[in-house]
Amino acid sequence: MSVGRALVLLLALAACRDDMGEQNKDVAYDPSGVWSDGASTRPRVAGTVTRDAPLRVIALAEPPEVTPALLARGRERFEIFCAPCHGFDGTGDGRVVQRGFPRPPSYLSERLRAAPAAHFLSIIADGFGVMYPYGDRVEPADRWAIVAYIRALQLAGGDAPQPDPARAAVPVETPFPPADEAPE
Amino acid sequence: MAQDFEPRANTVARLILAGLVLMPLTFVGLGYALERSDYVTGQNETVEQPIPFSHAHHSGEIGIDCRYCHTSVEVSAKAGLPPTTTCMSCHSQLWTEAEMLAPVRESLSTGVRLKWEPVNELPDYVYFNHSVHVTNGIACTECHGSVGEMRLMRQAAPLTMDWCLDCHRDPVPYLQPPEMITYPYRTTSQMSEIDQAPLAEFYDIHPGGLTDCSTCHR
Repeated sequence: MSVGRALVLLLALAACRDDMGEQNKDVAYDPSGVWSDGASTRPRVAGTVTRDAPLRVIALAEPPEVTPALLARGRERFEIFCAPCHGFDGTGDGRVVQRGFPRPPSYLSERLRAAPAAHFLSIIADGFGVMYPYGDRVEPADRWAIVAYIRALQLAGGDAPQPDPARAAVPVETPFPPADEAPE
Repeated sequence: MAQDFEPRANTVARLILAGLVLMPLTFVGLGYALERSDYVTGQNETVEQPIPFSHAHHSGEIGIDCRYCHTSVEVSAKAGLPPTTTCMSCHSQLWTEAEMLAPVRESLSTGVRLKWEPVNELPDYVYFNHSVHVTNGIACTECHGSVGEMRLMRQAAPLTMDWCLDCHRDPVPYLQPPEMITYPYRTTSQMSEIDQAPLAEFYDIHPGGLTDCSTCHR
């Protein structure tokens, strides 16, 4: 076969169709014509008991042993889900509160120092007042970890460590400047 | 008897011969360039959304961690899109009258999900998994760009196979420490300040198998 013909055949490659890129299957977040709401991701049927439901109940029943790893996990989860309102030191002046969200009570207060762990566990799961439930975002084991970290914050008495740069990007001095150019 | 060909026929024949070689090369080159152009890859494309949600504001200026909304990114193939209640965790109290947020309030009251448009789409034959990347030292910004500076979300990377392979052949220079994985900014100086060698050991990275076909294609 001549070189010329080979080159012409190469051209055909540029026009390959992408049938396999759009397969007849539904993956998460794909639109779907099967259900009336047009989504392939289905909500749970009311009353569904998840396969791990017993494990979740067990995880909540007894407090885990407090270890450095548990506190580290608690700090990470706290800074993701709680610190936006409760602040990185637990006093309740998080950045969302600074923007007008009603200020939550300080963890450092006498009342919350005396509150049992179950108090925090249930509020994380079910919410309280203007606070939405976080049960769907924070797993049972992580709720214990957060409570352990709240206890650590209470011991620290407002003297909390600097948050990780990832969770306080603009306001905290970080080893990495926010951007080479100032954000718009 | 007259000549069949005039002298200039030689030149024409040479040009045609050259054209036979150059034309296909040109078309292949054009096709190659087109395949990698933003037009085809979708890179830098901003997708219109039901609400002009600003990642720059929420993740950059307020410092809300990526995982506050994308809750499944560490445990699942999909990072997860937040349900309307996640928006309302704050917006039940803040900007409650804002015109911009009317679709969120409507979604909460009717129970009809907000229809966010996908920004980064992979072909169905690619089995990408978020969790394996973010728990092994690859930061969100590595693929999604400097999200903390994006007022509107756009596709930051070409998402072509050779772009994936750039990292899969040797991911070590791309590694970041655990506390930096969800850092919303990306700077040119950032990576050079990190010593990646200990991180490769920490994450137990073995580049060898990462270019197997079955790593991404099942």
